Amino acid sequence: MNDLLLYATPVALAALGETVSQRAGVINIGLEGMMLTGAFVALVVTVATGNPALGLLAGGLSGVLLALFQSIFTLRLAQDQIVVGTALNLLLLGLTSALYRRQYGSSGALLSLPTLPRFGGIDVGIAIGLIMVPATWWLLTKTRFGLALRGSGEYPPAVEAAGFSVLRLRTLAVAFGGLMGGLAGAYLCVGPSGSFAEEMTKGYGFVAIAMVTFGRWKPLGVYLACLLIGYLEGLQFQFQALGIKAPAELFLALPYLIALVVLAAVGRGGHAPRALAVTYKRGAE
Amino acid sequence: MKKALLVGVGLILVLLLVFVAFGLPVGEAFGRVIQGAVGSEAGLSRTLVRMTPLLLISLGIVIAWRAGLFNIGGEGQYIVGGLFGASIALFQPNTVLILVATALGGALYALVAAWLQIARQVQVVISTILLNFVAVQLLNFAVRGPLQEEAGRTPQSERLPDAAMLARFNPQTDLHVGVWVAVALAILVSAWMFLTPSGFRVRLVGAGPGAARANRIPVSRVQYLAMGLSGALCGLAGGIELTGIAGRLDAGFPQNYGFLAIPVALLGGLHPLGAAASSFVFGGLLAGSTSLARVTAGGDRLIYVIQGLMVLGYLAFQAYESRPLKEAA
Repeated sequence: MNDLLLYATPVALAALGETVSQRAGVINIGLEGMMLTGAFVALVVTVATGNPALGLLAGGLSGVLLALFQSIFTLRLAQDQIVVGTALNLLLLGLTSALYRRQYGSSGALLSLPTLPRFGGIDVGIAIGLIMVPATWWLLTKTRFGLALRGSGEYPPAVEAAGFSVLRLRTLAVAFGGLMGGLAGAYLCVGPSGSFAEEMTKGYGFVAIAMVTFGRWKPLGVYLACLLIGYLEGLQFQFQALGIKAPAELFLALPYLIALVVLAAVGRGGHAPRALAVTYKRGAE
Repeated sequence: MKKALLVGVGLILVLLLVFVAFGLPVGEAFGRVIQGAVGSEAGLSRTLVRMTPLLLISLGIVIAWRAGLFNIGGEGQYIVGGLFGASIALFQPNTVLILVATALGGALYALVAAWLQIARQVQVVISTILLNFVAVQLLNFAVRGPLQEEAGRTPQSERLPDAAMLARFNPQTDLHVGVWVAVALAILVSAWMFLTPSGFRVRLVGAGPGAARANRIPVSRVQYLAMGLSGALCGLAGGIELTGIAGRLDAGFPQNYGFLAIPVALLGGLHPLGAAASSFVFGGLLAGSTSLARVTAGGDRLIYVIQGLMVLGYLAFQAYESRPLKEAA
């Protein structure tokens, strides 16, 4: 059970942030790059301070900054969210690997970092994930702010008419998405693994986006979907322990295959925010 | 033309910025890149060899994106193409057959994503990236399992017989005839896209499925066609790399061409001929930046930084160009 949470948490943190972002109408294709940067920043800060909790925090903050940077293009300049996110991913992939190699050599010296302390099997990363499920649910469904946020993901002109700024709402939502993405990446680094590797996020940002769809844009559903991914991650080691022989590549491909299969099975359905990935420009309609 | 100039100036500025930010000696770094890319016959041939897969994949990206399908699965389609090619070569090592098989493999893999989009409304941008990761594992599995060379020592496939390899211009360099195939296809795709009804339909669907439907265009069929062609070009890129350079598959076969080609297509203005120009430039940068790795560790990774910054700069400029008139006044 504990293992399940350990494996599920990185994807779950990213996916909960992405849920809020998508409910406000913004798909964050740059999530993968934000996770990667979060992991790298956590590495640097943890090495410098010796404190993994500070590393986690710094990773989260780097995500916020990147999300705000991305929002200049997607929200202020009204450029396509997918194109911007793709460019940001490339940029961050190159940047983290170039900086990492400069610092630690291209072979990538084996790093061992202090990890987050655990209390009864729960560390602060897992706790944030567990708390964020009811917290984001409450925010999205029970508050005026959440209503406006969802409105800007469904029909932005109505939200503007009610006196809110779609730009501000969406900016807040993507900043939260960035925070959670950065935390997710940082957790990969200072969570149980206590190490960093180039491209260590290996597509989990995209798996998280897929899990938002699978969880039907609802925090609890999304979290449960991520538990499934966590379960599959753990399965590999259980098989090894049982001595069952199966190609390692199959297990490595499993999270992506499952994401594809569930997406094919559930489809997009009628649950998707109607204005998802639709650029909004005040007065343009 | 103005845009091409802009991209050129942008490239120089971004290069400058990146060199300074990473503390490289600017003059020497520029010199190395240019020398490595076009400074000699060997350099130029390296550039053209790198340009070939970039061009083929970016043509594929142009077609899909013009149809409104954000195919970022070039990497996966290239790999699956390579797998199809290497498999058929075991039975019939014939160049043409291998190339046809690679195009077919890429097309089939892309059609999976097309089906997910059309039948299940799963965005292509998500499904293709997931399929990329699956393809990487498929490749790793294949070169350790069914496709591994008979000697069985290294995780790689059997080397193709020389007769199955593409002809080379000069035995001293790697430049092979595949580069002409890519250039010819760029012209062909351009003609198809802008001069034929079928190419027009693809662009119309991309401009807005609603308008296309209203004009009785079978939107799904056009999307399948665009995605199939897109995947075929990406698969063919794998085939030409296999028969032109690599000669066999191993885990290093893809070399990230599928990702690098996305900014290439974007900066080429999503135009087939623009993609040709931009893949020449980035082919040169790839050829040239290999020698940057000698100046700084991770130097060859800087190309991603350069590409990412350039696309963002390009988007910012595009937004500035299309700003509402009252702001401009």
